[in-house]
Amino acid sequence: MASNLKYLAIMDFTTIIGLEIHVQLQTKTKLFCGCPTTFNPDQPNIQTCPVCLGLPGALPVMNRDAFALSLKTAMALNLELANFTKWDRKQYYYPDLPKGYQISQYDLPFSSKGWLEIDVPSTGETRRIRIIRAHLEEDAGKNLHDESGRGSDSQVDLNRAGTPLLEIVSEPDLRTAEEAKTYMEEMRLLLLAIGVSDCNMQEGSMRCDANVNLHVHENGETIPTPIVEVKNLNSFRFLEAAIEFEVKRQCAEWQRTHIRMGAPGGYKTTRGFDPNRGVTFEQRGKEEAADYRYFPDPDLVPVTVTDEQLVAIRSTLVEFPAARRRRYQQQLGLSAYDARVIADQGAEFANYFDAVTSLCGDGKQAANWLTQDVLREMNERRLSISEFPISSALLGALLVRVTKSELTIKAAREVFATLLKEWEEQEVAPSAERIEAIIKERGLATVNDTGAIESVVMAVIGRNEKAVADLRAGKMQAIGAIVGQVMKELKGADAKVVRQMILDKVGIS
Amino acid sequence: MLTTQDVLKVAELGRLKLDDEEVAKFAGQLGGILDYVAVLDEVDVSNVAPMAHVADVANVFREDVVVASLPRAASLSNAPKTDGKFFLVPQILEHA
Amino acid sequence: MSLVTSTTSELLGQLASRSVSAVEVTQSYLDAIQRRDGQVGALLSVTADSALAQAAEVDRRRAAGEAVGALAGLPIVLKDNICTQGIKTTCASKMLKDFVPPYDAHVATRLKQADAILLGKANLDEFAMGSSSENSALGKTVNPWSFEHAAGGSSGGSAAAVSAGFAPLALGSDTGGSIRQPASFCGVVGLKPTYGRVSRFGLVAYASSLDQIGPFARDVSGAALLLDAISGHDRRDSTSVDAPPTLTAATVEQPLSGLRVGIAREHFVAGLDPEVEAAVRRAVEVYKSLGATIVDISLPHSKYAIAVYYLIACSEASSNLARYDGVHYGHRATEFSNLVEMYKASRSEGFGDEVKRRIMLGAYALSAGYYDAYYLKALKVRRLIRQDFDAAFQNVDVIASPVNPTPAFKLGEMTADPLKMYLADIYTISANLAGLPGISIPAGMSASGLPIGLQLLAAPFEEEKLLRAARMFEREHGPAPMSWKSGV
Ligand SMILES: [Mg+2]
Ligand SMILES: [Zn+2]
Repeated sequence: MASNLKYLAIMDFTTIIGLEIHVQLQTKTKLFCGCPTTFNPDQPNIQTCPVCLGLPGALPVMNRDAFALSLKTAMALNLELANFTKWDRKQYYYPDLPKGYQISQYDLPFSSKGWLEIDVPSTGETRRIRIIRAHLEEDAGKNLHDESGRGSDSQVDLNRAGTPLLEIVSEPDLRTAEEAKTYMEEMRLLLLAIGVSDCNMQEGSMRCDANVNLHVHENGETIPTPIVEVKNLNSFRFLEAAIEFEVKRQCAEWQRTHIRMGAPGGYKTTRGFDPNRGVTFEQRGKEEAADYRYFPDPDLVPVTVTDEQLVAIRSTLVEFPAARRRRYQQQLGLSAYDARVIADQGAEFANYFDAVTSLCGDGKQAANWLTQDVLREMNERRLSISEFPISSALLGALLVRVTKSELTIKAAREVFATLLKEWEEQEVAPSAERIEAIIKERGLATVNDTGAIESVVMAVIGRNEKAVADLRAGKMQAIGAIVGQVMKELKGADAKVVRQMILDKVGIS
Repeated sequence: MLTTQDVLKVAELGRLKLDDEEVAKFAGQLGGILDYVAVLDEVDVSNVAPMAHVADVANVFREDVVVASLPRAASLSNAPKTDGKFFLVPQILEHA
Repeated sequence: MSLVTSTTSELLGQLASRSVSAVEVTQSYLDAIQRRDGQVGALLSVTADSALAQAAEVDRRRAAGEAVGALAGLPIVLKDNICTQGIKTTCASKMLKDFVPPYDAHVATRLKQADAILLGKANLDEFAMGSSSENSALGKTVNPWSFEHAAGGSSGGSAAAVSAGFAPLALGSDTGGSIRQPASFCGVVGLKPTYGRVSRFGLVAYASSLDQIGPFARDVSGAALLLDAISGHDRRDSTSVDAPPTLTAATVEQPLSGLRVGIAREHFVAGLDPEVEAAVRRAVEVYKSLGATIVDISLPHSKYAIAVYYLIACSEASSNLARYDGVHYGHRATEFSNLVEMYKASRSEGFGDEVKRRIMLGAYALSAGYYDAYYLKALKVRRLIRQDFDAAFQNVDVIASPVNPTPAFKLGEMTADPLKMYLADIYTISANLAGLPGISIPAGMSASGLPIGLQLLAAPFEEEKLLRAARMFEREHGPAPMSWKSGV
């Protein structure tokens, strides 16, 4: 790799990346049959029927919800929706594809021409990534390969075969591995926010193919190198690593061959990514350009979409993560960092934040609590926000006392911690009544009554003759013990006020 | 007449293995049929939309409701090779 | 009269009055199969035990006064490309010779609901590709009228079974004439319904946009009864039209007044056998004598139908048959070096030549660089063919024509030259391309003693009109003769 790095330094080039993201839609049943879509690798071939097994004579019928979720996604991605769409067969042979073709969409996808904005962390730049199209298709099953190298049979599990899959194809607008990763992360947040997919990457619900090549700038000319499609990347880390590897590899390849895209030997190739070694490897030969022989599936009929349907679906859309981040920064004055932390936790967390903010009237205060206290306690206990025992209403009720200066932040933290402790150890459900009781029991309420403070100060001075004498003798550190004793009795008092009053009473102001 | 290469190409697309004799036979037969269908060249279709479906049906959906799948034994019952859980195929080579 | 020479309605009457039991009826047909199918080869499998059990159950329910279905006790055979749960469905292919579907086709379910008795599965051209039933890998069907002649195809086994008295009813499938042509060769009634009228769920696909299941019977009313039993909307077939089942049996005896019969000038050209032409002309005279108006029409694009048909049908077939790769079901070769070689060896061993030809032709028509010139062009001309019919049916109720240019040809006569065989489909193919209902009814015999059929076509979803018109002719001409009178 050292020699590759050398090319990186001396070559002038731009990296060109386009992503094809595949997302499983969150339907109960498969795209064309009533089999469940549950992830179930331990019980292979139990979610199959004549349709998804591709048995002779079985016929597909489109899942209504899958199509509706597709439309919803397309709207969120600013895609234009077609009034007429149809399904095509993409023909190739593979053991996880029981019919010998995948039902997909070819020349008339249901949506095209959209975009998704991303905020690139390292540059702080906002980039609009264009989306060519999104189309609906069926997933294949799963082949399990014998890894022993002994050449045993591969196993085929068709539980996943026929699961509804949305393919979202970006323009080659991405320029770095970081941008590609950010784009995929943003896509995931958005899809989670609108509830169309669980985007579980370990289970393969979201994965992508990255098309990568270089535009080499040489002698005033820009020369595209052959495109490489890296297939089936199912984590952000792999995506980033695969692109970084490809850039280095393609640089070296260019230096070695100077083959440009379209020239003899300059065909698009397909590669896999080996996460263990962090390298890509060739999957399909260069010369074997696939001929998928797409044609309209005669077993399925077209779909037409009316404007009324579009309006109805649009009304179900929620606020997207990017819009939330913008709102948090512009309207609530949050830092870009805090806005991202909150919005990126998902819609439920962000909704919780919105509720606390509206109750306590202080977005920054709420953000501090959410990004520090709430997230910390959730993570420690492995709870999701919906499982968190202190509801947004309770936290709002606690924080409103802070914003009204009825409670110090420190005191509020003690209430918060006590609520959690009681919930955990004594199974006491946090409630508004408990908040009041804890404040009372522990004397946490802010004490603004100078008379009350004065009497406690006088009493403490009275029983600490030695400390008072030291103080009068100029040993200022002696005041700590006196303040401490006052504060112990008057938790809600302001320590600065107490300190000043002691100095006044002792007569050294 | 189709060329030998044409026949081999479509045989590959159809995942068929042909011996030389078959290639020659199919080259003649398929060539004859293709010569015949060239009769369509004389039809002007410049303003005609393709007709993939003869019935005027659109927007056919099923509701997203689970229907019982087949028992695994039934799904695998016609499999040429199975271990009782999976369909088995000769090793698939991922690494070229 | 013997039970096996009876028409459907005669049998139903006897069964309803309990002058004969379903078991007796079933047994007589099983006996006929036992005696003669060795010569005819109509059936690939006979389900005698389950048939007799089913018949006994129908008898029991009748005796107990319980409700029974519309076809209660009537034996039937199904073309062996219609899936039957637990009963082999082979498509007459080595590829599926051991395939046992874990599910029933929609029509099979409907027949069970109607209490028809399944006697067995009928031979066909492999995957319904052919016009003679000679392209079967699992058996040879001959014409019951003459063993040297073809029964026609691809539903040759179904047609021969009804003709030979092995069953009063049968189901076939018609993609380019595969019900009507064997019906005409064997001298029985065969109906191809409007595309979308009968669910294709469970029909092993040949060409999905053309395939349609339909009935065979000895007379028009039998065909009507069976159509009514199998037609109607099915949610499992997206191309099934959302219309209630037909009620043709109730009206089939009512003649049509003011019937307009169209005669297309393109149908009477060189290549048409004089005896066939004479039979059709006589039939037209019959209609005239019944008060019908004869209207000359033109179907200018019909001469392109064969080219369009073979491009579309083979394209779809090449895709529909991709699933037979020896992985999930069907034949798997034993000798291969890797996965791709396994696919190729399994498919090359499992498919016969006609299937291979169509797969390759279809792959060619859909392949990069040829799609527009072949497949897409064919889809466009298909629309012109449909438009010809739409225009014609503005002026006529039915179109009368030959079914096939000749009576049944000799076995082996067509196998050497596939194109010659394809060209004989000229009269039947357009109905599939346009999605029309069409019927073949017996209209005479050739001098050599082979049946000749008359084809009637109607506008989409006009099955009622089509069957009433067919029945008008049948009433004058007489019912289909049995191919085997002696010894029955
Ligand atoms: Mg795709
Ligand atoms: Zn299924």
